[in-house]
Parts: sequence; structure tokens; C-alpha cells
Amino acid sequence: MKSASRLESVLRSGRIAVTAELNTPDSADPASVYDRALVLASVCDAINATDAAGANVHMSSMGVCALLTRAGYEPVMQMSCRDRNRIAMQGDLLGAAAMGVKNVLCLTGDGVQTGDQPEAKPVFDLDSVTLLRTARTLRDKGMFLSGRELEEPPKLFLGAAANPFVPPYDFRPLRLKKKIEAGADFIQTQYCFDVPRMKEYMKAVRDMGLHERVYMLVGVGPLRSARAAEWMRANLPGVVIPDAVIARLEGVPKGRGNQAREGKKICIEIIQEVLEIKGVHGVHVMAFRQEELVAEIIEDSGLLARRVDTPAKRPE
Amino acid sequence: MRFLQRYPRFLELVYGASIILLRPMRPLMKPGGRIEWLFVRTERLTKGPMFDCRMCGQCVLHSTGMTCPQTCPKNLRNGPCGGVRANGNCEVIEDMPCVWVEAWERSQRMPKYGPGILNILPPLDRRLEMTSAWVNDFSGRSDKVPVGWEE
Repeated sequence: MKSASRLESVLRSGRIAVTAELNTPDSADPASVYDRALVLASVCDAINATDAAGANVHMSSMGVCALLTRAGYEPVMQMSCRDRNRIAMQGDLLGAAAMGVKNVLCLTGDGVQTGDQPEAKPVFDLDSVTLLRTARTLRDKGMFLSGRELEEPPKLFLGAAANPFVPPYDFRPLRLKKKIEAGADFIQTQYCFDVPRMKEYMKAVRDMGLHERVYMLVGVGPLRSARAAEWMRANLPGVVIPDAVIARLEGVPKGRGNQAREGKKICIEIIQEVLEIKGVHGVHVMAFRQEELVAEIIEDSGLLARRVDTPAKRPE
Repeated sequence: MRFLQRYPRFLELVYGASIILLRPMRPLMKPGGRIEWLFVRTERLTKGPMFDCRMCGQCVLHSTGMTCPQTCPKNLRNGPCGGVRANGNCEVIEDMPCVWVEAWERSQRMPKYGPGILNILPPLDRRLEMTSAWVNDFSGRSDKVPVGWEE
């Protein structure tokens, strides 16, 4: 064990892991974090706290994680390179670990131009790969990037993101390899709506033997309606939704909630399909401002029962 | 002069030849002197129009498909982000092709230095901005990585 992370122990023991995303609030009230966490906690192993997702300001992932660890939850702290330089990020890694954060997801981050304050200065002093290796240096060598020694290294389970659904497709598995070499222990992918593409990607990953070196959690989430799906693929960077999925949503009989029900059904089907892919160790469920729906999906998908009955094949 | 980037194999040969031609000048290539000033000028005049060079001082064009990673809006030096559009364009600047889509495609046409795209590059040394990459390379100034980065 590289950390005392519950997520790591679930994955190491060969069980299917479930993580879920908490939408960080626009509020200074701790209750706004706890209300959301409560819904997610009973259905997942760890809760992701986003770091100004889409470059929109919200409560910081550090702040959310401080609240979560204080109440005994297990967060995955997302850390993006967009807003901080290497000095701030190394300090935050120590601070987070000291507060009880055991999982960190190292991201490059969306460009500031995609958010609500496009006039801000983009930092990008490090990128996701160099951030991973920096975090690994702190953990494994017990030193800062500068070489200065730490009294106590942060024991962190290091994560990275992957997006198999966008070009350059043949470079994607090689990019994953870079992230593993830089220190990634687990991967959470972008939203998967294109299962054939995911299968193709995982085949390349297995051919390179990478599935034995990293835990893969596939990103999934429900679509509320065909219109919401159109909006997501137009406005969220890196989210790919095939036309067939949107057509299926449009095809349901008219009626309040029918598209949402179909969206949920699609999501559950995708969960079941991706878990059949060799080398996939779990799912990461995301839903924009709909934590209740995430909990429902995880319950209805039969994931909770299944993780006890049929453990995923464990690496090593 | 951007059209030259369409011929990565040719640029690779030019790069290889430049190393051989400049090697005898190595003793003169010290940071801080008149020679460096000359190199900075020349690099700006050549790499500027050709690659939209941003003078990071740690040139890696040969290992990024002769495509400058500093022109990526996120300055990514280790591969494409997850925001690339389905048509291969940049997440941030909608009508610009993704720097890394181009870098990857061009590196495939560079038999000698192309595979360098798979290496993990260290974080930039920001102190070297606006200095000469050739001088830094030959004098070893850009080889120094932070102590914690060394394997």
C-alpha cells in the first residue's frame, strides 16, 4: 500500500471500485458540502472534489476536502495546474495529506477561456505529467522537487485522467503510459458514451500491458435530455456523445421525465458494459448538480451487490 | 515560413546538420556573452516565423514533431490534453488545430528524432526564457533538472 487510502485498498483487494463526483458549491456554508456528500457516501468508495471544473470558480477542492476529511469521508482531491505554480502545489500536497486526504487526482485543467472568468491569468507552470511526477517525488523520495528533504512525506494514492474519446486516438494509450511512468496509480476517464471506442482503447492498453500497472475507473454519467446532451457536447471540453445516443433520447415517447429515465437507463447499460471490459476496475460517476441521481444509478445498476459477488480481476 | 512545418523529415535533417555544423563552435557558446546575443537574435529571426517560437530557451522541437509545445494555450510539453475537439482542433482556440495532434502526426514522419515524443519532459526552467536554446544546449545549461526530478 502506497497510502492508507480506502480506494486503494478496495482496488488492491480486487473489488470493483466506485467513485462519484461532488459538485463543489458556490457557498461558504459547510452544510452545502455535507448535504451533497451524505447522498454520495453510502454508494461509493471515494468522493471526488473538483478543482474549479470548467475553469468556473467554486469552493476550492482543498476547502471541500478539509470539510470531508473532518467528517470522516474519503475524498479524491482534484488538483489542476491551471491556477497554481509548483510552489503552491507542492505546499498544497503536504497540506492536503496533513488534513487526511489520501487520494489526489493530478490534472492539467480546462483552459481559463472556457470558464466564467476568461480574463484570468492561466498558470500551467507544470502539466499533469510533471505534477504526477512531482507528487511521486514528494511521496517516494521524501523531498521537494528542489531536493529539500521532508520531515514526513505525504502518503498519497495518485490518480490521473484519461480521455480515450478524442484525437489523436492512437497517441492516447501512449499518453496513458507516460502518466503511469510519471506516477499514476489509478485513472479516472472522461465521460464514456461510446463503448466501442472504450473497448478499442482498452485493447491497446492491454496490448501494452498497462492494465496491470494501473487501476482504470471509467467515467460515466446520466443525460437528462437530448437537449442537455447537445449542450454538454457543445460546451464541455472533451465530452463526446455519439449521435446515436442523442437519437435514442429523442426517440422516447413524449412525456415529463421520459428522456431523463431513458438517460438513466443508458448510463446503467454503459456501466454494465464497461465493467465487462478486461482491465477496467471500476467506475467514476459524474452528474452535474444531481448527486441524488448518482446515488440512484449506482443502486439500480446492481454495482453494490456485484462488487461482493464477482470481484474484478486484480492486477499484479 | 510556417509551410516548412509540413516537411518534418526535411527539418529533422536540417536540425541534425545544425548540430554537426555548430559543434566546433562549442567552446564559444557560453551563456551571457556577445555570442549568445547573436544566437538569440538568429533564433528569433528563424524559429519565430517558422514555428511561432516563444523563446522558452529549452527547445524540444525535434522531440515534439517540429511543433512548438509553447504554442499550446496550456503550454503542454508531454502530450495532448483531454479537451481536443472531434475535428482535431484546440479546446481553447476553436479554429486552431491542436498543437499535439499536429506534433504527433509530424513525429510519425521523423525516423530519427520522432520517437522522442514518447519521453517525459521535465518542467520548464522559467529563468531561461528569452535566452538562446542552442547556447543552453551546448553549454549544458538546459540539461540541469531539479534534484527531485532526477531518476
